[in-house]
Amino acid sequence: MHLILFIIFAGFCLAGAINLLLQTHPINSALSLIVVMSSLAVLYLLLGAEFLAIAQIIVYAGAVMVLFTFVVMLLNVGEEEKTHGSKAAKIIGFPAIVAAFSVLTTVILAIQNKLGGVKLSDGVTPMTELSTVLFRDMLLPFELTSVLILVAILGAVALARKEGHR
Amino acid sequence: MIPASWYLILSAVLFSLGVIGFLIKRSLITVFMSIELMLNAVNLSFVTFAHQWHSVKGQIFVFFVMMVAAAEAAVGLAIIIAIFRARATLNVDQVDLMKL
Amino acid sequence: MSIWLFLLFSILKVAVVTAIFLGGVAYTVLLERKVVGRIQNRWGPSRVGPFGLWQPMVDGLKLFLKEDFIPAGVYRPLYLTAPLIALGCSLLSIAVVPFGSQDITVHGVKVFELADLNIGLLVLLGVTSMSIYGIALAGWSSNNKYSLLGSLRSSAQMISYELALGLSLVGVVLRTGSFSLADIVKAQSAHGALSWNILGGGQIIAFLIYITAAYAETNRAPFDLPEAETELVAGYHTEYSSMKFAMFFMAEYGNMITVSCVATLLFFGGWNSPFGHLFPEPQNIVIQALLALFWFIIKVFFFLFLYIWVRGTLPRFRYDQLMGFGWRYLLPIAMLNIVGTSLVLSALMANS
Repeated sequence: MHLILFIIFAGFCLAGAINLLLQTHPINSALSLIVVMSSLAVLYLLLGAEFLAIAQIIVYAGAVMVLFTFVVMLLNVGEEEKTHGSKAAKIIGFPAIVAAFSVLTTVILAIQNKLGGVKLSDGVTPMTELSTVLFRDMLLPFELTSVLILVAILGAVALARKEGHR
Repeated sequence: MIPASWYLILSAVLFSLGVIGFLIKRSLITVFMSIELMLNAVNLSFVTFAHQWHSVKGQIFVFFVMMVAAAEAAVGLAIIIAIFRARATLNVDQVDLMKL
Repeated sequence: MSIWLFLLFSILKVAVVTAIFLGGVAYTVLLERKVVGRIQNRWGPSRVGPFGLWQPMVDGLKLFLKEDFIPAGVYRPLYLTAPLIALGCSLLSIAVVPFGSQDITVHGVKVFELADLNIGLLVLLGVTSMSIYGIALAGWSSNNKYSLLGSLRSSAQMISYELALGLSLVGVVLRTGSFSLADIVKAQSAHGALSWNILGGGQIIAFLIYITAAYAETNRAPFDLPEAETELVAGYHTEYSSMKFAMFFMAEYGNMITVSCVATLLFFGGWNSPFGHLFPEPQNIVIQALLALFWFIIKVFFFLFLYIWVRGTLPRFRYDQLMGFGWRYLLPIAMLNIVGTSLVLSALMANS
């Protein structure tokens, strides 16, 4: 059961991510990204992170990606043009990402036995535990993020405002 | 039971795909989406580690990443709108001057 | 209990609930036409069957048999999936709604709820936030400026009002200490109507915010700007015909029913009788179940009637008024409600 769910939704994740790269129209890329995010929410559920799964749906798939599609629709962005691209990206970027990926997988496979396995029977993290840590131990970072969001809202309004509307 | 390493490898693959998207995509908005994909990939490994080590802190960190990503999306998209107003294009190769 | 029995029961429940839900949608349309007709001093549909009771069937048949026209220049993949997303989200959200007492089980399977989740309330919010895509993509893929304007309006409106909607529920969650809808109802069962969240819980402000924001979320009058017929032809579904249009239509009425159910569960005590334990409870478990269902349906019916009543009597908001109302009034009041509720709760906790 766990294996089937993992394979299905990991497959959705990969397919969505690859489709994101292959599509030329931004709205198709945005929709593939929504598929990735929703499948990740299911994987979070498998890992017992119930609250995060639903926060992933509400915050990422439901709010951030709506903003993306909204901007694509608002600006009426068309198909992506194929241009030369950056030389530095080709020369340094691709070898670097191949190297980084190989290092990551080697390390993960090397410590595979120490990591152990994921069992569905481990149960979900109770939300009371989560909120106790969040609002007690992590109170300062939490308050700081709220300030950050306030600043971000003000910045977004200032940036997106039309010139001459003062 | 599934080895936790599978989740981590999935996360690594998604992250690499995000970086590749960041490098090859030419539309500013898709580049931005690739960044979101990378953040999501990292979140998956955080949740996996939180589950394996029975610590809530990993999940809390993902929560913070989500909040920062939301703020980042708001500012980033505002910048994209401002760039589109000034240049009438979103191609990253044509947005390479430091002035308007 | 074997997994196959569980599967069988679940499929049965899904089939029954879907059938009842879609039937409810059809008859809500009839109810709306009748009530709005009476408000406008005319009869409404009265030709087909007694009191026009067969009208929804005939309407459905008409929509089904109409030509399914796809205009040239639409972006086909999204044009075709958008109605599916809208209807899918609408059907999905009813899955977490409990209709009656949780104690009634057959072979350990709860009869009156499809899925009993710890995070039922959050799932509802998540599905609501996903349902924006149905409308947004429909408008964008139609390649029509009225549709696009309608869908841009609706994305902005739904995101704005979702905040107020979510915050208005926090007061209820704080009182109960759980996101499970069944637990929220159980917490309101002590003294009949007096212990409902809207009265004894002191959540009347939250209720008003919820109902206002929910009207905006479902794009109903007076917030029906995405499909304002006097400005935008028909808004986001201008280019849709036949079954695809019917899917949007069903999604809208389905969302109305879900909102009514949630308002009932969160603020009006769900399936609890308003008289509490004033009268002796019937011994027979079937009668108990039916009584619970009866109270639930009465309350949902009341909210559906309220929806239609509001639609028949209030003029539409202007767009800037809509945004200003959401951000400048509803959101701060919802936050004040959270602060007030948590202060009262902590004072009560300190006393006891």
